Amino acid sequence: MKRGKFWAWFIMFLGILYFFLPLVATFIFSLKARLGELSFQAYFNIFKSPQFLYNFGASVVWATFTIIVGILIFVPTAFVIRLRVPKARSPVEFITLLPFVIPPIVYVFGLVRTYSQPPLLIVDNPALLVAAYTILSMPYMYRSVDTGIRAIDVRTLTEAAQSLGASWPTIILRVILPNIRTAILSGAFLSFAIVIGELILAGYLVKPAFAPYMAYVMQQKAFEPAAMAIVSFALTWIAMGIIQLIGRGRGVQVGAGH
Amino acid sequence: MTVSDAVKRDAPQARPARTKVSWAWLGVLPFFIFTFLFLIYPSSTIVIRSFQDSVTKAFTFENINKLLHSQYLIQSYWISIKLSLITALGGGFFGFLLAYAAIRGGLPKSMYAALMTFSGVASNFAGVPLAFAFIALLSPTGLLIGWMRALGYNPYFHGFTLYTFTGLAIVYMYFQFPLMVLVIAPAIEGMRREWLEASENLGASSFQYWRYVALPILGPALLGTMILLFGNAFGAYATAQALTGGQINLVTIVIGSELRGDVLGNAGVGYALSLGMVVIMALAIVGYTALQRRTERWLR
Repeated sequence: MKRGKFWAWFIMFLGILYFFLPLVATFIFSLKARLGELSFQAYFNIFKSPQFLYNFGASVVWATFTIIVGILIFVPTAFVIRLRVPKARSPVEFITLLPFVIPPIVYVFGLVRTYSQPPLLIVDNPALLVAAYTILSMPYMYRSVDTGIRAIDVRTLTEAAQSLGASWPTIILRVILPNIRTAILSGAFLSFAIVIGELILAGYLVKPAFAPYMAYVMQQKAFEPAAMAIVSFALTWIAMGIIQLIGRGRGVQVGAGH
Repeated sequence: MTVSDAVKRDAPQARPARTKVSWAWLGVLPFFIFTFLFLIYPSSTIVIRSFQDSVTKAFTFENINKLLHSQYLIQSYWISIKLSLITALGGGFFGFLLAYAAIRGGLPKSMYAALMTFSGVASNFAGVPLAFAFIALLSPTGLLIGWMRALGYNPYFHGFTLYTFTGLAIVYMYFQFPLMVLVIAPAIEGMRREWLEASENLGASSFQYWRYVALPILGPALLGTMILLFGNAFGAYATAQALTGGQINLVTIVIGSELRGDVLGNAGVGYALSLGMVVIMALAIVGYTALQRRTERWLR
């Protein structure tokens, strides 16, 4: 047993080394903005910059709308499939996996070309970006929600609510939603992480967003992008930590578009 | 199925069939409309466009033909496939070891929880910040290179650079093996202690346990997850773009430059390249789901 423990610790040590060295390097680098001393100057600079707040704020707005649209579409879908149309399960599951099959760079061009010519001229509409983000986060959102719905007894809950005279909106809003809160939150945080880190869509649809801004700053400055990398990593970590806390690791995570 | 189950299941059908159908469809319809508008239709135009002349819109095999006859374009598939394979195998191997150590290595439970949280973060950590983190670590002026230089060894004098294939593979591992940890952990947790105990009681060595019990059961899950890792790396774009500024000819990078409408770009070829990618990814996903089904039979 002791020998077993040793190799396990050794592997873990290697993993921690590989995980943390790049972060440590980035952090140390981000502290060197003032010549000859370590300081949080770079962090002051980015948080002072209206550009940073504007682009980061924009990404937060996109993420919020993405989560709302995702909940509005995927919760009823998963609910109805579970309750009434189990036949729709396989086509729906197939479609939710498609964003993995279609690389984001390919997808964005299909999107731009489709919606940049009359009569479908909506390429400048921010709603198109939100729709595209919803598609990109769909594998995570739908699977989280679906797992949540499978875990509760939808039929009994629905029938109980019906026999008490509840309408369908009431059932979904006041019975089903509270019961799958954790699943929805976990899907929501993953969507948030994806939207905050997404570079391609906003870039090609020409909308303000955090990742393209960071890519831009990276070409202009040395220390600020390091600080931003640390900030974005910390933010994602906080979001994931919250999922773990409330979901106890039940959130489903499969692949991501880089 | 018991009698009461059958009765329960039949009960809703006693209602008028029409209301049931229309209600059910109202619930699923938004999903199909939404995904048709913003996923299926725009993506299917890629297929059509790869068989179209980009100027005259006439039907043609020219794009596919150009693709098949261009050493450079075929090469870009190879580079992408090679990078994805290497990082899927490497990330898969190390991710599995890490997950196995955390679950079965007798480490504290909190280690495992921390590893899972961290993997959730790291598997989504890509693009510009990831590229930057490795520039801070492994560029000629990076932290680790600095340490190595102080010890009298500079990898840059021995053929290493961060901005080539090897460097990119090291960087990709950063989101590959956490993904492996996340996806393979449930399968490892599903392995029963009894299997190990039974084989030990029968006098099996630990090599025999792995060779005849553990690997045959975990095999499909391992392979399936590595296919997922392959697809994950194959579709990646932002990280490579941010790190090398498009210097390495991955398929995604080539597609990006062909379609961006540069003077030298050829949109038709860009779409044909995309079509080829979708075909390769589709094959990977089909393989993944097939293996996933096989695994589910064993691990409940």
